[in-house]
Amino acid sequence: MDFQTRSMRLNNARRNATNYLVTGLSVLATLLVILPLVAILFYLVFKGARSLNLAFFTHVPAPVGQSGGGMANSIVGSGIILLLASLLGVPIGIAAGVYLAEFGRGRALATAVRFTADVLNGVPSIVMGIAIYSLIVMQQRHFSAFAGGVALAIMMVPTITRTTEEMLATVPHSIREAALGLGVPKWRTAISVSLRTASPGIITGCMLAFARVAGETAPLLFTAFGNQYWSVNLNQPIAALPLQIYVYAISPYDEWHRLAWAGSLVLIVLIMVSVTLVRIYANRGVLKGGS
Amino acid sequence: MGVGILVENLNAWYGSTHTLQDINLHIPANHATALIGPSGCGKSTFVRCLNRMHETNPIARATGTVKMGDLDIYKDASPVEIRRRVGMVFQRPNPFPTMSIYDNVISGLKLNGFRNRRILDETVERSLRQAALWEEVKDDLKKKSGASLSGGQQQRMCIARALAVDPEVLLMDEPASALDPVSTSKIEDLIFQLKSQYTIVIVTHNMQQAARVAENTGFFLNGKMVEFDSTHKIFTNPRDKRTEDYITGRFG
Repeated sequence: MDFQTRSMRLNNARRNATNYLVTGLSVLATLLVILPLVAILFYLVFKGARSLNLAFFTHVPAPVGQSGGGMANSIVGSGIILLLASLLGVPIGIAAGVYLAEFGRGRALATAVRFTADVLNGVPSIVMGIAIYSLIVMQQRHFSAFAGGVALAIMMVPTITRTTEEMLATVPHSIREAALGLGVPKWRTAISVSLRTASPGIITGCMLAFARVAGETAPLLFTAFGNQYWSVNLNQPIAALPLQIYVYAISPYDEWHRLAWAGSLVLIVLIMVSVTLVRIYANRGVLKGGS
Repeated sequence: MGVGILVENLNAWYGSTHTLQDINLHIPANHATALIGPSGCGKSTFVRCLNRMHETNPIARATGTVKMGDLDIYKDASPVEIRRRVGMVFQRPNPFPTMSIYDNVISGLKLNGFRNRRILDETVERSLRQAALWEEVKDDLKKKSGASLSGGQQQRMCIARALAVDPEVLLMDEPASALDPVSTSKIEDLIFQLKSQYTIVIVTHNMQQAARVAENTGFFLNGKMVEFDSTHKIFTNPRDKRTEDYITGRFG
């Protein structure tokens, strides 16, 4: 009896120790994940915040040799390219994901689409830039915001498609049956029931894809090209934050280096703000108390 | 008003498994009909053939005739039309988790493009009253998610949702098997009241339940219908030895 209680106590101590060890390791891993993000943000603020002033947001870049100037055209340009990329990439990506999850089960076309999406996801972004360069820029004989948007859209599609498919797969079959049993056609069930139920996860996927392409430089080098002047014309070369940061960062001038830091800070903050806004908007109207 | 169902030579398969074999049966209008039998005997498959839900499974198929009144449901109509006329309540409550109570009840109409506000409001109240849930939820219709209700309330909401599209037949596949005794008795009361307006087919594992709510009972075993008769006859004086063995608890 005495022996038994003692061994039970020992076992308990061991279980508790293991519990603390595993919990501690998870916390440590979490910190390791957060650390680089916090470090980057701090470093950007440290290096870039001083160069941020009103002119940065209202002026176009100053010519070589003159001081001052800003990135207003790059901020607007990035906004235009990303809007175009999202308008093209999000609907196509989601539609393909719905096909894979709701209609294509076990079909050869679905297998092909899934495989293509996975390969496309692994294509280096510079290759995507060259591909769009030969497909659009060479045909049109000029760089354009449109070509940049298409390049980024194609990079968004595979992530969105696969996330959509996986999120739809987590929607319980019983919910689809509930809709079908009410005489709702299958396409309507897929859109109004399955897709709507899976939408929080799908929105996360879209935001991931958005954030990933928002900082892309390589595919824009050959497509949007960059622009030192104001342009909001889709058919003309357009400025973009990553491109401007790239140009400034490889320049020999100290002031341009500081502007590059400031541009990086603005880029990261803009990505964080847009992701947060979409999340807030998407969570509006979600009813409390649901599971 | 309900409508009677005539089933002739119904056979159903899942892949190569022959789950229903030569079922012949007349389900009278405006009565409750119970289907009993051990697990895997084909009762669920049978009711799923009555609203063509069976064929939503890609490896499933069915042959034979099912007539609702004069309508041959496998020849004269599309599955979508049939399912609007034959409502279904499933074993586990399956509310739409993103929708409010109101939207859940009205989903059959809304998802089919129906938009008239006044009629929608009236239908929600009527259906929830029919399902004996109105008093409990009338204050949070649009505030609460359907998934936030208790299991028993969710199931009554699912019944209201099925009734909202004004079906003629109501199929219930073990509607109370996931519920506590109090919720179960509420569902049974409901069946008792609803059968004057709808033709009800209820699959159940609970023989007392069959005896309480249904005028007629069919006993299924291994994909065949062994016996179909008035509930009283089935439970007191069955013709078939296998029925007697099952209801006296000798197997199953």
